[in-house]
Amino acid sequence: MNVEMISILSAGIAVGLGAIGPGIGEGIAVAGAMDALARQPEATGTITRTLFVGLAMIETMAIYCLVIALLLLFANPYVHA
Amino acid sequence: MMEKATLNAPIVFHVGPVPIGLEVVTTWVIMAVLVGGAWYGSRRLSATRPSRFQVILEMVVGFLGGLIRDVMGADPAVFLPLIGTLFLYIVTCNLSPLIPGVKPPTASFETTGALGLIVFFTVHSLGVRKRGLLGYLRTYLEPTVVFLPLNILGELTRTFALMVRLAGNIMSHELTIAVIISLVGLLVPIPFMALSILVGLVQAYIFTILAAVFIGGAMGTVEKG
Repeated sequence: MNVEMISILSAGIAVGLGAIGPGIGEGIAVAGAMDALARQPEATGTITRTLFVGLAMIETMAIYCLVIALLLLFANPYVHA
Repeated sequence: MMEKATLNAPIVFHVGPVPIGLEVVTTWVIMAVLVGGAWYGSRRLSATRPSRFQVILEMVVGFLGGLIRDVMGADPAVFLPLIGTLFLYIVTCNLSPLIPGVKPPTASFETTGALGLIVFFTVHSLGVRKRGLLGYLRTYLEPTVVFLPLNILGELTRTFALMVRLAGNIMSHELTIAVIISLVGLLVPIPFMALSILVGLVQAYIFTILAAVFIGGAMGTVEKG
């Protein structure tokens, strides 16, 4: 295995594993927001806005993994082509 | 051999020794469009017979003002120029790839890094202006002195996250569409392009809200996020 193959494999692993945690977290957050909306439909505006901000925060973790995968694929510092 | 793919923008032309990338050109075109649109829209304002464009502009300004009032709990007139411009610029950038051949400037880390730096310096300068230098520095010692390194780290990482979130989302969506087009070219990418409209609007909204929350947190009008 040379550096290119390891980089491609680890890019896939990084995104694949890194998407698990944010996926579960976003599911819990949306479930909580749905629950709150069903209890208090008049607070829709506040709940939706807070949900969006929270989802963005959670999603950042997955985006970090994605950025690392993209760096490995397109701007790998250890591959001198 | 495959052509070497990089994340760097293609260089359009050089000004002396400085290379000018494609994003910079796109950014200047978008700036010209925004300034021209604002000039055209506010040229003939009327309270009794508003034009169609004026109604749209009033809707946008009203929406942004309400957002600032809800999030920051402060007078929107002070913050509308900065936060409204950030929102309009990011929305225009995110929706620019709907024009064929245009690469969105927000897909590169340089653009979003510059936007993040604007928010970073605004947060600190407004915090110092509102609370005084010592009063602002004292907020880093809350709740106790032990939290000083964590507070400083939090300042840096949240700006970094602001930059990575916007660029990562837009760039990844561009790449997804490129991969789908390389697999099936006809009609199939259209739903993904429609999804990119939603992603662009939501990301611009999130960037704006987070900027408002950070500024409000430094000024003490909202809980520090």
